[in-house]
Amino acid sequence: MSKDDQILHSAVAGKAPAKEEASPSAFKLFFEEVAGIAQFTGHFFRELIKPPYEFKEFAKQAYLIGYKTLPLVGITGFIMGLVLTIQSRPTLSEFGAESWIPAMVSVSIVREIGPVITALIFAGKVGSGIGAELASMKVTEQIDAMEVSGINPFNYVVVTRVMAAMLMLPVLVIISDAIGLYGSYVGVNIKGDVSFHLYFLQAFEKLEFADVIPATIKTFVFGLAIGIIGCFKGYNSNKGTEGVGEAANSAVVIGSLCVFIIDMIAVQVTTLIYN
Amino acid sequence: MEDIVAEIKHLKKSFGTKEVLKDISVTLKKGENLVILGKSGTGKSVLIKCLVGLLAPDGGEITLLGKNIAELKDDELNEVRKKIGFLFQSAALYDSMTVRENLVFPLRGLKEKGSKEDNEKLVREALQNVGLEEAIDKMPSELSGGMRKRVGLARTLIMKPEIILYDEPTTGLDPITSKEISQLILDVQKKYNAAAIIITHDVECARITANRMMVIKNGITAAEGTFKELSNSEDEWVRSFFQ
Ligand SMILES: Nc1ncnc2c1ncn2[C@@H]1O[C@H](COP(=O)(O)OP(=O)(O)OP(=O)(O)O)[C@@H](O)[C@H]1O
Ligand SMILES: [Mg+2]
Repeated sequence: MSKDDQILHSAVAGKAPAKEEASPSAFKLFFEEVAGIAQFTGHFFRELIKPPYEFKEFAKQAYLIGYKTLPLVGITGFIMGLVLTIQSRPTLSEFGAESWIPAMVSVSIVREIGPVITALIFAGKVGSGIGAELASMKVTEQIDAMEVSGINPFNYVVVTRVMAAMLMLPVLVIISDAIGLYGSYVGVNIKGDVSFHLYFLQAFEKLEFADVIPATIKTFVFGLAIGIIGCFKGYNSNKGTEGVGEAANSAVVIGSLCVFIIDMIAVQVTTLIYN
Repeated sequence: MEDIVAEIKHLKKSFGTKEVLKDISVTLKKGENLVILGKSGTGKSVLIKCLVGLLAPDGGEITLLGKNIAELKDDELNEVRKKIGFLFQSAALYDSMTVRENLVFPLRGLKEKGSKEDNEKLVREALQNVGLEEAIDKMPSELSGGMRKRVGLARTLIMKPEIILYDEPTTGLDPITSKEISQLILDVQKKYNAAAIIITHDVECARITANRMMVIKNGITAAEGTFKELSNSEDEWVRSFFQ
């Protein structure tokens, strides 16, 4: 092989694998991420059942999560109910079905809009907060400090936060649903006159256990997913201060995506069970 | 020898393609202060992080209090770690806790938990040692760099560890406080007969505390000896640390 041939050869050889590598590496990264999250979740459940149980830290985190998110969830819940009512009034009144507004709004809020919107806000507020907090604890060696003092940081930091997220989201969803229904009541009364009592009679008339139970179970899973992803991103960040923003950002993006994916799966499962 | 509390044999550690530690061996005897010198970025912090298992070495063997740490399960390793104090270069205070809570935190790992009053007494005593009693209810964000370092030191000493690893205990402190801290390190050694590895660039601190010294260069041990021996070393590079 002449020298020129060699150069040509290596140039071609050098180019070809690079092209091939580009897509598998993105693929590989994706699967590595999924495997990492799966492993992290496994680790979470193992630590969850193992003592010591950090009740105090759990309670503190649950309080902080509730306290920080409640106003936001309340406002969005109210607007959600109000807007939904105002938007659907023209269509329904065309059919003379205005009295259906409470039932329609309550079913859509309780089944779908309440859980999903609240979970998205939760991912934005709590998921990013957990991601950033853990990442900065990692950067400033606080996690290492716990580890060398013989305290399991996974148990103390991750388990408590994931549990708090998982148990607080359903509570927030219930509150958001209730405020949403109140918003809808206000919306109905902008152009009409329905008593509070009558409104809620109509709203709950069409609401069944089959709506409430799967919707509630779903919110636990949303909370679990958001907590796990926030912790996973923060706990595995090791890029210094830059990693803090990155962890917060990807905790929100992946967390929100997971909410939709879980929602899709939940819909399939509930229709399978109830039909 | 049975009075060796920590031993590192032929430790190797790389990050990616960067070889930080190539072949380091250290022995630490009971009741001894070993000072480690080395240029910034030579891997001194990495060395002591490997020693307590925060970083996994690429090669070599580490024995802590008679146990090979690579063979320990998580729980066993935690038990060993409770007997070891680690002062981080960055102090690593828990930002979400007050100074008091920071100091109480490691105590929660103890088998026999003390009463609230006992813990309070320990906390006050530890803070008194570093001259920071008045900061007890402050948050770490309200403290200066030097104060954080001293709180970190108090948190390290509150467990009365058998082995203490100080990562630059006096860096960022004024000469007077530095001297007090060096004196404190010496007192702790005498009082508890603890062994310590002290990483420092502070010659004064080394002079006060060192029983033995070691210099790391390019990932290997460049020189070993007493303060006097190294400060009069034939090697100009080693001597330059003492000027
Ligand atoms: N987690 C890590 N990932 C990648 N590289 C690292 C990591 N930790 C340390 N290093 C590298 O290892 C080398 C040694 O770092 P180390 O912190 O041990 O230095 P040092 O001797 O303690 O320096 P200084 O006196 O400035 O504290 C540095 O070049 C650093 O870039
Ligand atoms: Mg260092």
